[in-house]
Amino acid sequence: MLPNLDKTDLIELLHKMLLVRRWEERLIRLAEEGPSFGHYHVYIGQETIGIPALAALRPTDLIFPTHRNHGYLLGRDANPGRLMAEILGKQTGLNGGKAGTLHASAPELGIPHTSAIVGGIVPIAAGAALAAQLKGSDQISVALFGDGATEEGATFEALNIASLWRVPVIFLCENNTEEALGAAAGGYPKSVTAATDLGSIARSVGVPAVVVDGTDTGAVFTAISEAAERARASGGPTFVEARVVRWPGSNPLWPQLPSGETELSFAWEPEAAPEQLLRWYRDQDGLLRYLREMLSASLLTKDEAVKIDSEVRSQVEAAVHFARNSAYPTPDSAYLDVFARQS
Amino acid sequence: MEISAIDVDLQQSSRQPADRELTYAEALVEAIVKLMKEDPDFLIIGSYLLGLGPMRTLFDAVRNEYPKRVLDPPTAEIGFTGFGIGAAINGLHVLVDLSTASFIFEAFPQVVNEAANASYMSGGRLAVPIIFHFLHGLRGGGAAQHSHSPQAMLWNTPGLQIMMPSSPADVSGLLPAAIRSGNPTVFVDHSKLMAIRGYVPALPKEIPLGVADIKRSGKDVTIVATSYSVQQALSACEALASEGIDTELVDPRTVVPLDRQTILESVAKTGRLVVVDETHRSCGIASEIAAIVSEEILDALKVPIIRVTVPDVPVPFSPVLENELDTTPERIAAAVRTQMTRKQISRP
Repeated sequence: MLPNLDKTDLIELLHKMLLVRRWEERLIRLAEEGPSFGHYHVYIGQETIGIPALAALRPTDLIFPTHRNHGYLLGRDANPGRLMAEILGKQTGLNGGKAGTLHASAPELGIPHTSAIVGGIVPIAAGAALAAQLKGSDQISVALFGDGATEEGATFEALNIASLWRVPVIFLCENNTEEALGAAAGGYPKSVTAATDLGSIARSVGVPAVVVDGTDTGAVFTAISEAAERARASGGPTFVEARVVRWPGSNPLWPQLPSGETELSFAWEPEAAPEQLLRWYRDQDGLLRYLREMLSASLLTKDEAVKIDSEVRSQVEAAVHFARNSAYPTPDSAYLDVFARQS
Repeated sequence: MEISAIDVDLQQSSRQPADRELTYAEALVEAIVKLMKEDPDFLIIGSYLLGLGPMRTLFDAVRNEYPKRVLDPPTAEIGFTGFGIGAAINGLHVLVDLSTASFIFEAFPQVVNEAANASYMSGGRLAVPIIFHFLHGLRGGGAAQHSHSPQAMLWNTPGLQIMMPSSPADVSGLLPAAIRSGNPTVFVDHSKLMAIRGYVPALPKEIPLGVADIKRSGKDVTIVATSYSVQQALSACEALASEGIDTELVDPRTVVPLDRQTILESVAKTGRLVVVDETHRSCGIASEIAAIVSEEILDALKVPIIRVTVPDVPVPFSPVLENELDTTPERIAAAVRTQMTRKQISRP
């Protein structure tokens, strides 16, 4: 199902989802080429959660991401070159090279703080909502986290307090554990919780919880719109669990491109995809599903899609060029910014 | 305490108002009420700032006057501390009270890994104006799980300011400065300070962070002490004065930022240093101050430095055992006497 938006907005969503996909595919290649920029996580396969979620919010609403933050930063129009530069540790990076991929943020875009500690961002996002509530503004806040964060005490405490104080926050849990290999198989960890229904943790403290198919942009858009409306109407928090199958490239401990880059033609010709990824491209990749839905609804032609993709690819190449050609920070800047304001 | 009566008195009088003698707890509550009044964005989460002693009812003045800005959270330290950080990120000026210092361990990830890092990771573009308040140290019967002094661990975390007021005037002046600094600040407090009396300016003035206070001037031995141990050291100084030993007592008041100059100047003058504090001996506040003096002005020392600290054992319950570990005036005085009588370092 497509989100209830007009054609221009729907095309803009495609543009942003493709930007995230191409930018991160390029990032994986950069990592493979070296020099290493350390461990990192990609958002590929989850674009259909973050991008429609952002479209359901106002630009003044606050977003608090995790280590899997690239999609939200690009979705909120962070400069792709400056984000890339941050990951390469350059002076021109969003945070002057102090954050890297794990901690990149953009306060001026309503992404004030990113926590790469599992569960760490959840109470902070809810606290930002408390401030909005006390100031009497209609701003809301979104806590982003994965299924693994429901294993953490911080998440439970934040749900309980948010419920007691009815703060205007959305707990958006991106559950990407389905078909994940997990640590025992030598892959990236998957969540291990005795609760088979993650929303039951939220409901136990009075937070309403819904589950949506994270590859269904319309369902995500509707769930976030409803949660935002409830929060703005002083109805308190909502827990939204968006489920996706983990992208096979995010299954190993370090991201890989299991079959090279995504071909848009797999959307209409999935049998052309490499056999081991046929099921992924045909049934599980939300981005290609969105593209198929746009084509079926005659909101877009294949040629137009290819044209958008080619624009995005140029944008990504420009970002890589910018990041690579940016200077490293001067060593003495290591001593700056310990405090926001020197007392 | 009649805070409103003080205001009326000031309004009706054009003469310079006289300083007043307040208890530490009264001065702290007065400072909080003033912040509440002047700053509509000031929020308090947790309300056991004054401990569990008889002084605690003074806080009712704040709660009754500003019920919407004094929030009593569930027993969920990592949760409500994170709430405070988020509220500060979104424009409020927040004081989170963790009550007993040992409870900050439940909130450590938020304090040391979120608040302390937030400005730095953002490249200096994010301010987190928050105060983390707790009551540290030997409180009488707190035993191993309720007697911690975590300020040394926190000093080992870049990105946190640390204030340790030891008198009514200092708490009155440091609290508003910490709030206005815009930076995460640990407010190291002590339940044994609550009943201490002292003069507070009639018109309380901010005390800049990073300015030490010489609580007593003297020429023979420098004592550097923090928090409640300043009060213990003051008692020791009186006893020593009657023996003819003239001590100088330096209270850094904040260790981040630290007024190194005042400490170094005092030690350069006396040539003898005793450092007192209630953190455990290894890697404690006293260790760092001793290290700074050794690095900077070793030549000025006539005798080796002595640290008076809580030994490296958990704090026991029995009063006799707790007292054995305390940085009592007697232990401080004994250390100072040693500094006066021991053989001086011979230098070629």
